[in-house]
Amino acid sequence: MRNFGPEASAALGGPRWLAARRAEAAERLRGLGPPSADGAEVWRYSPIDQLDLDAYHPAPETPAPPVPALAQELGAGAVVLVANGRVVSVERDGLDPAVSVVAGSDLERPPDALGTLVSANDFFVTLNDAFVPEVVVVEVPPGTVVERPVVIAHWAGAAGPDGPAPCALARTFVHVGEGAQADVVEVFAGGGQAGRSLVVPVGEVVVEDRGRLAYAMVQDLGPASWQLARLGGSVGRDATLQTFTAGLGASYGRVRFDAETRGEGGATELTSVYLGSGDQIHDVRTMQDHAAPRTTSDLLCKGAVGERANSVYSGLIRVRHGAVRADAMQTNHNLVLDERARAFSLPILDIEENDVRCSHASSVGPLSEDQRYYLESRGLAPDRAERLIVLGFFEDVVDRVPVASVRRALRSRIAGRLEALLGGRVTDGG
Amino acid sequence: MTGGERLVVSGLVAEAGGVEILHGIDLEVAPGEVHVVMGPNGSGKSTLAHAMMGRPGTTVTAGRVAIGDTELTGLPSWQRARAGLFLALQQPIEVPGVHLDALAAEALEAAGRPATDAADALVVEAQRLGLDRRLLARALNVDLSGGERKRNEILQLAVLRPCFCVLDEIDSGLDVDALRTVARRVEQATTEWGLGVVAVTHFRRLLDELRADRVHVMVGGRIVAVGGPELADQLETTGYAALAAGPTPR
Repeated sequence: MRNFGPEASAALGGPRWLAARRAEAAERLRGLGPPSADGAEVWRYSPIDQLDLDAYHPAPETPAPPVPALAQELGAGAVVLVANGRVVSVERDGLDPAVSVVAGSDLERPPDALGTLVSANDFFVTLNDAFVPEVVVVEVPPGTVVERPVVIAHWAGAAGPDGPAPCALARTFVHVGEGAQADVVEVFAGGGQAGRSLVVPVGEVVVEDRGRLAYAMVQDLGPASWQLARLGGSVGRDATLQTFTAGLGASYGRVRFDAETRGEGGATELTSVYLGSGDQIHDVRTMQDHAAPRTTSDLLCKGAVGERANSVYSGLIRVRHGAVRADAMQTNHNLVLDERARAFSLPILDIEENDVRCSHASSVGPLSEDQRYYLESRGLAPDRAERLIVLGFFEDVVDRVPVASVRRALRSRIAGRLEALLGGRVTDGG
Repeated sequence: MTGGERLVVSGLVAEAGGVEILHGIDLEVAPGEVHVVMGPNGSGKSTLAHAMMGRPGTTVTAGRVAIGDTELTGLPSWQRARAGLFLALQQPIEVPGVHLDALAAEALEAAGRPATDAADALVVEAQRLGLDRRLLARALNVDLSGGERKRNEILQLAVLRPCFCVLDEIDSGLDVDALRTVARRVEQATTEWGLGVVAVTHFRRLLDELRADRVHVMVGGRIVAVGGPELADQLETTGYAALAAGPTPR
């Protein structure tokens, strides 16, 4: 913790409100320690005990990086380029002028709900509060329907051969007003290829009554990076939040998403994919939190692990007292492509109300021998058959990715990653 | 096409789950010929089909399967397929998210033919088989009725145009009209590109629709009788038991 003291926090500058937030958090951080894998259920099966925070420093300002390729493919109405948590540029391309996309430093005061959707007791949220250089704020006024996505492209630096390892902290706040509709995509790229880097993003999204937000986060960081992402969503009356997270890169890539339906008739649709190879660990934790009557949530999370990769899915459905006729569904399926790989699936229900409907399904298993035989009996070499089956496995979850351009980009990336994962493994003797 | 090359099964002994099921099967099929293997449940018909196709778990301990000079015994199933053998499964497998056109494209490419032919061929053949075109957009065998699955197998057969096929109880789950459509398509294939057929069944009614050159009766993992289509009629009156007890006519 020696590199994350109050002095380092105070050195970050920015408007008074932001500095005050940081100072308060830096003070609180002293009383908190990093979590441990056996200390809390939400860190079970994670490699968090291997994290040595003393090896990291708050990431410094960097020269402007190029916009990550993925972010350029998304048909964005605006692209915010963020480097090591600092806003480098905001390029608008046809985005409705009513929609505000700004760096928090340009605001006189913070958005009202900032910090309310993620637990202030969480160590990494507090670390983020104390050291985040900037907040990206997206505000969609009531009734505004945004056609093209707002893309926030994060680039993270990495340790040089002898330099200190950077810890990049990024913060996003999205507010969708009553009856408004928007798509927001966050892309994480860069990070360590060989040298370490730690990326700690925190995002909060609020959807007011009858609004709709599609929010996607694609993590495609370098193989030496760690990402510990924390996301919180709040959904109003008859409003809809559609989320998607993809874990592709990183050595350890974790995303925790808590989505609360607080207004009657509110709905969440949560989708996640992860695809691991090498020694990667992908870790998805979700909470479908029903706090109002007639709320619905539908989660579909699918992953595949190859080589020595691990994955963890842990999801909680919580139905609070009074959330009558809540309807919650949680589905997690995992393909284990190598006997050295492992996947953990941990569904949890916490139901305080009687008149509700909750269902969950979960599976962990290898590729079906029958499916493989069937396709091979048509002349497909084993690697081609496997590739087709795994792509097919992901088909339904990719179909549900709420932003069309992300769906397309993801299809090609999943196919590409599979090619790398399966292509070299089996030689095509025919 | 491989010209006059024959599909030869000779002295085939195979086990599944460590138990010997086939005790020495002989079959020889010329291009364009239809051979029907009839037998009661448990006689080893499906094991024969899978032993020919090379299903993992079905182990050939003696004998051989070959197409012409190409030895199939010991090859993985995908190489047998590339050598010209096709198996229509008794219970076609569901493969979620994998669409017929993607499979057909891959399979054609594997066979050294243009993958771009797949889409058109599927539409044409689906029409010939009376399969709703919309079924082509579904994942393999997912949400398909038993009959649709069987027709889907024949659809793949028609698009891939193998030299020889094994049809494992293609008649089960098909109503009379669907069976007629499927049988007609298979028969057409025998002249269209000289498809050689081994059709495995336990129902005589397949022979009402599919013109057979030879009928083989299989009981207890052995071929106990071989003859023309009239053998099936004889079977109708005597039953399998009588044949199983008698000498093996060759």
